[in-house]
Amino acid sequence: MVANDTPAMEVEDLTVAYSDQPVLWDIDLTVPAGDKMAIVGPNGAGKSTLIKAAMGLVPSVAGEVRVFGRSFAKGNGEIAYVPQRSSLEWDFPTDVLDVVTMGTYGSLGWFRRPGNAERDRARAALEEVTMGAFERRPIAQLSGGQQQRVLLARALVQEAPILMLDEPFQGVDAPTERAIVAVLDRLSDEGKTVIVVHHDLQTVPEYFDSVLLLNVRAIESGPVAEVFTEDNLRLTFGGRVGVLAQLAATVNEG
Amino acid sequence: MDFFSDYTLRVVALGSGVLGAAAGALGSFAYLRRQSLVGDALSHAALPGIALVFLLTGSKAPLPIMIGAALAGWVATVAVRLVVRRSRVPYDSALGMALAVFFGFGLVLLTQIQKRPDAAQAGLESFLFGQAASLLREDVIVMSVLGTACLILLGLLWKEFKLLSFDSEFGDSLGRPMRRLDGIFTLLLVVAVVIGLRTVGVVLMSAMVVAPAAAARQLTNRLAPMVVLAAAIGVFSGVTGAVLSSMVPRLPTGPTIVLVLSTIVVLSLIFAPDRGLLWRWIKLGRLQPAAALDPVLMHLYALAQQHPNEPDHGHRVGVLRTMSPVGADVEQALEDLLNRGLVHGVGDELWAPTPIGRREAERAIEAQTEMSS
Repeated sequence: MVANDTPAMEVEDLTVAYSDQPVLWDIDLTVPAGDKMAIVGPNGAGKSTLIKAAMGLVPSVAGEVRVFGRSFAKGNGEIAYVPQRSSLEWDFPTDVLDVVTMGTYGSLGWFRRPGNAERDRARAALEEVTMGAFERRPIAQLSGGQQQRVLLARALVQEAPILMLDEPFQGVDAPTERAIVAVLDRLSDEGKTVIVVHHDLQTVPEYFDSVLLLNVRAIESGPVAEVFTEDNLRLTFGGRVGVLAQLAATVNEG
Repeated sequence: MDFFSDYTLRVVALGSGVLGAAAGALGSFAYLRRQSLVGDALSHAALPGIALVFLLTGSKAPLPIMIGAALAGWVATVAVRLVVRRSRVPYDSALGMALAVFFGFGLVLLTQIQKRPDAAQAGLESFLFGQAASLLREDVIVMSVLGTACLILLGLLWKEFKLLSFDSEFGDSLGRPMRRLDGIFTLLLVVAVVIGLRTVGVVLMSAMVVAPAAAARQLTNRLAPMVVLAAAIGVFSGVTGAVLSSMVPRLPTGPTIVLVLSTIVVLSLIFAPDRGLLWRWIKLGRLQPAAALDPVLMHLYALAQQHPNEPDHGHRVGVLRTMSPVGADVEQALEDLLNRGLVHGVGDELWAPTPIGRREAERAIEAQTEMSS
């Protein structure tokens, strides 16, 4: 990557409040193109809110988001979003292929129905997450890991340069976790930018290039090796220092 | 009486069929969006609209009455939205309040109207429980036009409404105008409710929205068949109920339709393949106890808990063997776990769980606790 590349995403002074209670306070963040970034922080730190606000899915009080140097507008296909699996109603009467095809709706526009071309793109994405054999399966019959892979496939179909994933490893089985990591690695190798809300501190150094430590404010962000330190973790997580100190120590040794 | 040659019956049947199709199809989306109560609030809230239009115009012409009913229903949804946004009252309570307030006001107006020595008001009370026999040709024309328009719009906005119902946040991220679509959907639902008011009545109209969808959902796992099926159930029960009530003197239409509908719903709840109670009961009888947690992984996890500071502290196969039942193939189990990425070797005959393995074990414990609680 060239050093003077335009960052994939720049967030400036982003502030979000729910009924006057600040949830995110004055966030500045720069995500280089091709980066794999984890957003880490305690419960209620505003991790999900941050990616939603950056995409304009929740209103922000102040702030600006630029994507590849331009002011961000929804619907221009630059960001694909993988919501939290548990936020969806999985008893919806539809099948796997249909859900993945929803990723093409943005480019279809009004009144046009998805055709064979769209379904073929959806099938290719399903193959990538090793769910090709499940295309006719009703989504109500999927395991948690399979649901997560379907949501990832739906985002892959969008072929966006930036992917934002909300807790993709929450409650999934080991094969799914490995499949997701492999897809994220491949996307990053292709120069795509991946931003992941992540709850497992142990796997941060293994899975990600950089990290944002968030607790309502942005504590620190940058390459994992520089930023993922005991001091910063303590600043982010507060009380539970003992465990964190060990963790940072093992990270720094490794 | 010959059904097909009787003009009145055909008019009644056509009107009830159209409203059944529109209410069933749109009701499917309302059901999937968990907005079933909205239909109830909308229909009850329509009553003061109907009464006010009659007070102002002195006529029971279908179009003004429907517009009045629709406006009142729309005002009620706006009021609910305002209350939810400006106060701490939860959505369902706000709906319940709107329903009661509007319906109460409508009843007061209706009682006042009925006290007037005016022959024109006769029959207005049929809006409470519905009287299909009182449908006129012009009613049915208006109902058919509006109902068909609803169904056509539903077809045109099919994929948008699917997004709205399944994952509206994702639709928003695609740049689709989900709030506007929500508004359009509510409008269509208002129209579907309003065209049924004369036939089914404000009190029971919500059954036409909810019940066909509930029955259809039992019978299929796909959206298009569900919507078609719900519309068909709506048509069937609408026509059956309306015709029955027209043939039996003083039998109100709304309750008759609801009785037909309830029968279909109850049957589908019990007998539907896969989702029905009977099916579940048979399946439960065959159900095996939940798959055993992999014991070797759990032992290794328990051992690793003894060394919280050293995630990669190795544990001997011999130790695992003493923890396992006699004759258990611990080596084979470790090999399987290794292939699944859950454990790794950390030295000669020394094993430790991987981070994923640790989480897998924690999850298994959580699942176990949930099941026993």
